[in-house]
Amino acid sequence: MDTILQFELNGKPAEFSLDREYTLLWVLRSHFGLTGTKYGCGIGYCGSCTVLIDKVPVRSCMVPVSDIEGKQVLTIEGLAANGKPHLIQEAFIKHDALQCGYCTPGMILTAYGLLDKNPEPSYDEIIEGMEDNLCRCGSHLRVVMAIQTAAEELKGGKKL
Amino acid sequence: MKHNRYLKKDFKDIKSPGDHDRRDFLKYLGGGIAVAFTVGGPELLAQRRAPSDFNGYLLIEETGNVKCFTGKIEMGQGVITSLAQMLADELDVSLDTVEMIMGDTDLCPWDMGTFGSMSTRFFGPPLRAAGAEARATLIELASKELQVPKAQLTTRNGVIYDTNNENNSISYAEIAKGKKIAKIFDEKVPVKSPRELTISGSEILRTDAYDKVTGLAKYAGDIQLPGMLHARILRPPSHDSKLIDVDLSPVKDIVGIEIVEEDDLIAVLHESPDVAAEAVDMIKADYETPESPVNEKTIFEHLLKVAPEGETVASDGNLETGIKESNIIIEKEYLDGYVAHAPMEPHTATATIENNKAIVWASTQTPFRVKDEVADALDFPSENVRVKPAFVGGGFGGKSVNHQAVEAARLAKLTGKPVQVAWTREEEFFYDSYRPAGVVKIKSGLTKSGKLKLWDYGVFCVGARGSQQFYDFPHHVTRVHGPGWSGSSSSHPFAVGAWRAPANNTNSFARESQIDIMAHEAGIGPLEFRLMNLKDKKMIKVLETIGEKFGQTDKLPEDHGFGLACGIDAGTYVALMAEVRVNKGTGEVEVKKVVCVQDMGHVVNPEGAKLQIEGCITMGLGYTLSEDIQFEGGKIYTSNFDTYELPKFSWLPKIESVFIEAKNDPPQGGGEPAIICMGAVVANAIFNASGARLLQLPMTPERVIEALELLS
Repeated sequence: MDTILQFELNGKPAEFSLDREYTLLWVLRSHFGLTGTKYGCGIGYCGSCTVLIDKVPVRSCMVPVSDIEGKQVLTIEGLAANGKPHLIQEAFIKHDALQCGYCTPGMILTAYGLLDKNPEPSYDEIIEGMEDNLCRCGSHLRVVMAIQTAAEELKGGKKL
Repeated sequence: MKHNRYLKKDFKDIKSPGDHDRRDFLKYLGGGIAVAFTVGGPELLAQRRAPSDFNGYLLIEETGNVKCFTGKIEMGQGVITSLAQMLADELDVSLDTVEMIMGDTDLCPWDMGTFGSMSTRFFGPPLRAAGAEARATLIELASKELQVPKAQLTTRNGVIYDTNNENNSISYAEIAKGKKIAKIFDEKVPVKSPRELTISGSEILRTDAYDKVTGLAKYAGDIQLPGMLHARILRPPSHDSKLIDVDLSPVKDIVGIEIVEEDDLIAVLHESPDVAAEAVDMIKADYETPESPVNEKTIFEHLLKVAPEGETVASDGNLETGIKESNIIIEKEYLDGYVAHAPMEPHTATATIENNKAIVWASTQTPFRVKDEVADALDFPSENVRVKPAFVGGGFGGKSVNHQAVEAARLAKLTGKPVQVAWTREEEFFYDSYRPAGVVKIKSGLTKSGKLKLWDYGVFCVGARGSQQFYDFPHHVTRVHGPGWSGSSSSHPFAVGAWRAPANNTNSFARESQIDIMAHEAGIGPLEFRLMNLKDKKMIKVLETIGEKFGQTDKLPEDHGFGLACGIDAGTYVALMAEVRVNKGTGEVEVKKVVCVQDMGHVVNPEGAKLQIEGCITMGLGYTLSEDIQFEGGKIYTSNFDTYELPKFSWLPKIESVFIEAKNDPPQGGGEPAIICMGAVVANAIFNASGARLLQLPMTPERVIEALELLS
């Protein structure tokens, strides 16, 4: 008989019937229709598929879905509240920190994890924190600026 | 082997337009006021088959909202914003009332594709003119409604006012209501002068940003249809492999699996991408693969051997005289390897067939070409194929080739179900149409005082773009051996194609390195040397500006150096200066700072143009320092990002972008020019820092060490 996997997805209880093992990335995309999480390399190298599990950025292409039992999963779709962009999303918009936009959800969620751990990162800490997320369009400079702005907002009293 | 036919298509095969009847396009659109226009441009008309009919139109809807229909697509370059800006400016409406409908082959008129930095250059001016025409039409109608002469009317934010009495006004919506007017743009109405433009030229953020930061933006793979199957296709180990035997029995018992075998197409499909992926790995296939001695090291020798006779694209004076007049002669050979497009979104397509009509969402730069290719593959009449728009996750030239869309459509037809073909990263690397590897041979001469005399230039298997030098050589010849990226791949072991500023990266690397070597031989600084050997006023201005902007360069720390390079691409003049640090122990090169000066005519969206420059510089670090396809014959060894290294955050230099004020000049290309100088500017800076002269891209640590060892 199938196991019923229970977890929290973007703030709401979710279930997934497990007849065999699947990859979290594909379950999010094809079963839950959460297509903001992107496939980029399939080997956990590029960061396009990054989601937060219990607030920690992970590469969903490398996560067996059974690992998320009882955990909180946040995808890019769950970050904005009632259509209002999250402060990191606002900062990405403000700085034009995207071009084709394909790596953007992964960038934003990785930045979330970075700021959650370290709300006042230095330039070097931002570079280090984002190092393993790839962007082909070359929006790196703007991504750094966006994260700096988001950090300023946190300093000003806003919450992640 | 029907499939191979599609692989051989190139730009010349694009069919002419013709799905839309010239006069009755408004019936597709409902009510309102529409203006259709044709995209011209001498370069476009000369190079490619020009459209015989209009290829864009705008519609002022009965709500007053404006829609612009174009076959161009948005892949990150920002035209969704810059084209809307131009239109909003001419029409005097706010930017948020303009909606861009891009790349839908049923709604948008035919377009050859989005490449060559042509959207803003060639599509922009007629779009503006059509906007001006629409505004004139609105004023004409308002003049009747308001009973006021046309000259007494003015437009502002979607409303027409009587200048003598602003209470007497009428909105575009009120005018468009109940109308059904279709016009063909006839170039009679003048567009606004540059100083009347309020939206273009101001720094406006991307209109697609919200959708992209929230995950709402739909790419081809984000289209999820009920009952859709995910396909995985059996792939050969090498481009020259021949399938000898295949055993599909291991996958037959998988619940829910569908197996397709048609000609060369063997695929397994399942509702779960995980199951389809496992299944394709279970197929037992035997291939025969010939041994090939050609690899990334021997390729240059091979290319020189197979390269066709050169075609002279520019010449003047007499080379013998040039040799006699020169005191110093320098002969060098420059090498450049294969580079992948590697967009973050691999080629993807979702296809469904409903009532004998195929609907395809594809990550493509050429939706109308996809339409033709799919119609051919399915044996459908062209009007029974619709390519629907999707955001494209990076193209850089690679998504002008669309095998994945044909695969998805064929599989949808064969299974009778919606099908998604999403290439894996390995498939993306394998089937990419690489930037061609090639060789440039240069023999050049100058006098002791640094005056250029001789330029004998041959480029092999790369292509012509950027091959023509712009310095003041009295005696020069430029020969192009083979079409390179734009031709058949017969010289190359696998497919090659257009890669951001095709051919110009290799040509500019060679030319600007050679110029630098000559400057050094003459004992003159690289900037001064270029300026004293140039007559082109635009290039002189760009170089003088970069000299001022870069600032003091003589107090660099140990192991640091600076470089300069310049070039012309897509109508834009560009110069880069860079500071690098060379680690003489490891051979690693760190690019600390890059300044870019561009004369790109009228800058429509300065923020977007800056972003493109930053993108060019950051992306360009890859082909300059690390990106190199490793292969043996048709086997590709660099199959994912762990073996093919893209630029990362830690590589990021300080970047400064400067535009030459040229508001009265037509806009030129912005998506490509700044990348062409990256190879040379870094090579020249490495030389300045360490004395090591690198003649091959990419300049990997090993090659830097090798060049340093030559010094001792």
